[in-house]
Amino acid sequence: MMDFWIILTGTLVAATCGILGCFLVLRKMAMVGDAISHSVLPGIAIAFLLGGSRDSVLMLFGAAVLGLITVVLIQLLQRSGLQSDASIGIVFTALFAIGVILISRNAQHIDLDLDCVLFGEIAYVPWDSLIWNGYNLGPVAIWMLGGTFLIVLITIALFYKQFKICAFDPALAAALGIPVALFHYLLMGLVSLSTVASFESVGAILVVGMLIVPAATAYLLTDRLGLMLLYSVIIGAISSTGGYYMAKLFDASIAGSMITVCGILFVLTFLFSPSHGLISRWTKRQQMRGGNLNQVI
Amino acid sequence: MGIYPLEVDNLTVAYQKKPVLSSVSFRIPSGKLIGVLGPNGAGKSTMLKAVLGLIPTVGGSVKIFGQSYKESRKKVGYVPQRESVDWDFPTNALDVVMMGRYGHLGWFRRPGAKERRIAMECLAKVGMADFAGRQISQLSGGQQQRVFLARALAQNATLYFMDEPFAGVDATTEKAIISLLHELREQGKTVLVVHHDLSTVKEYFDEVVLLNGKLVAAGSTEETFTTANLQKTYGGRIAMLQDVTNASDRSDEAEVSGESSPRRSKTARRAGKAGKSSMTNAADGVDIPDEAEGADVPLGAVSRT
Ligand SMILES: Nc1ncnc2c1ncn2[C@@H]1O[C@H](COP(=O)(O)OP(=O)(O)OP(=O)(O)O)[C@@H](O)[C@H]1O
Ligand SMILES: [Mg+2]
Repeated sequence: MMDFWIILTGTLVAATCGILGCFLVLRKMAMVGDAISHSVLPGIAIAFLLGGSRDSVLMLFGAAVLGLITVVLIQLLQRSGLQSDASIGIVFTALFAIGVILISRNAQHIDLDLDCVLFGEIAYVPWDSLIWNGYNLGPVAIWMLGGTFLIVLITIALFYKQFKICAFDPALAAALGIPVALFHYLLMGLVSLSTVASFESVGAILVVGMLIVPAATAYLLTDRLGLMLLYSVIIGAISSTGGYYMAKLFDASIAGSMITVCGILFVLTFLFSPSHGLISRWTKRQQMRGGNLNQVI
Repeated sequence: MGIYPLEVDNLTVAYQKKPVLSSVSFRIPSGKLIGVLGPNGAGKSTMLKAVLGLIPTVGGSVKIFGQSYKESRKKVGYVPQRESVDWDFPTNALDVVMMGRYGHLGWFRRPGAKERRIAMECLAKVGMADFAGRQISQLSGGQQQRVFLARALAQNATLYFMDEPFAGVDATTEKAIISLLHELREQGKTVLVVHHDLSTVKEYFDEVVLLNGKLVAAGSTEETFTTANLQKTYGGRIAMLQDVTNASDRSDEAEVSGESSPRRSKTARRAGKAGKSSMTNAADGVDIPDEAEGADVPLGAVSRT
């Protein structure tokens, strides 16, 4: 059962992040995901200080607020003429640093370990059960991640066409009367939410891997957005299952192994993908060259 | 009629304080094909975006069929510059065309069989029916442009804005697109096209809007597309320009006056036009040899290709 809970946790994180990551990758905003995952740290710390406990709802709220502040700040800097990568770099490192200070200064008062925030501790997930009326309803993290996954799934399903057109052609979307800014912030809000929901299990840093790698892998496998979303979920599930057993085998960090498997899948896809892979492109070129040669001869 | 498809009044647009368009005012009559002309950076794309409410304006107003853009949105179709989107996006031609229908679907309805049918029809109209399932990055530039056009058709608008629909397309595709635009005009629709090739202006457009940071001139092609206005729009490169304005006159007048000399001054043309009914007048006009502008201009040097 322990194995199951851990693998399920990893899969939920990977699936949630994978779906959102697809839109981030397509909008060339992968680094914004990175920024959000770091800058939610002060939100988590402040929620901790205010609530005095690891109250998940309060932390979710604090982090979501910080996530949105991050996005707004980045946009403000960009609009005032700064390059987008510089804006992102300034905002998230500054906020992250504030978070680190807040946590390290209050380390004795709060039971919040910086290592745990950064790298997560998925192995502890099964121990923290949700008890209701004396019934054990399973790990708290599963409920939180499951809830987040459902929220993300429902939101994307409901507004699929809006998210799609906003990613492909925001100018046309705006001209059609679709509130592009609203969907931008909705997406960023969902990214913040999933980052926070995930950080206890995989940590603030590895969640970036979950946001970007499965989506980038799926992007290489298909030409349809719907399939890309599906593939990113499947890749996430394979990574967390494979990663768990790999960690057991090598007695290594579980979250780290999950991302490593994910990275291996990416490299394999990059080389062998039938449509976009390096090798298939290379052989196609060879065939073409051969064909031309034959024609000449 | 009273109501114009598009009325722009004192429109001023700035990016970061630097004004790109200042106090642009013009009106567009209904059922016409209008060319928007101007050098690179003149603010043509900016004007379209401002009219469509995609970028904030500093001042002025835009009326579409007498209403704000918000109220008349469904009557407007838009073809952005082709390079404004990422063609590696994982989607196919049919899907892109269906996006033109999203404005008619509301918040929650998904595109269904009806939208597919409309999108297929529009793809067929631009000769792209066979490419419906093709991933968009595997289309040529001209094919991508046609997909964009089909998407605008799917919007089923009465007023269209097209940003350089002829950019990077071959002669055949250009012909196909222009006949499509004429078809739209026949249906009483108004089409505003950002255009760069001056040699085809007289042939394609009923009206022109000349822009260069401000409005240089707007009106019927006949009256507005003149050497003087083009000089104001494009600056000093008059040698080529005058040839362009003369280009189609030349053939007109050749019919009228039976005279085909390419060397022709502005006054000569005016004389020729005024005297369209009288061959002698036109011939007389041509005889004026010492035109200040015409004298140093190597007319006929640039051929229409
Ligand atoms: N997003 C932007 N931020 C700042 N300046 C901009 C922006 N977009 C355009 N400009 C500037 O505004 C001016 C007008 O640009 P615009 O794209 O409207 O020109 P255009 O007439 O469409 O040119 P082209 O023929 O090259 O398409 C240019 O000087 C350009 O540098
Ligand atoms: Mg332009």
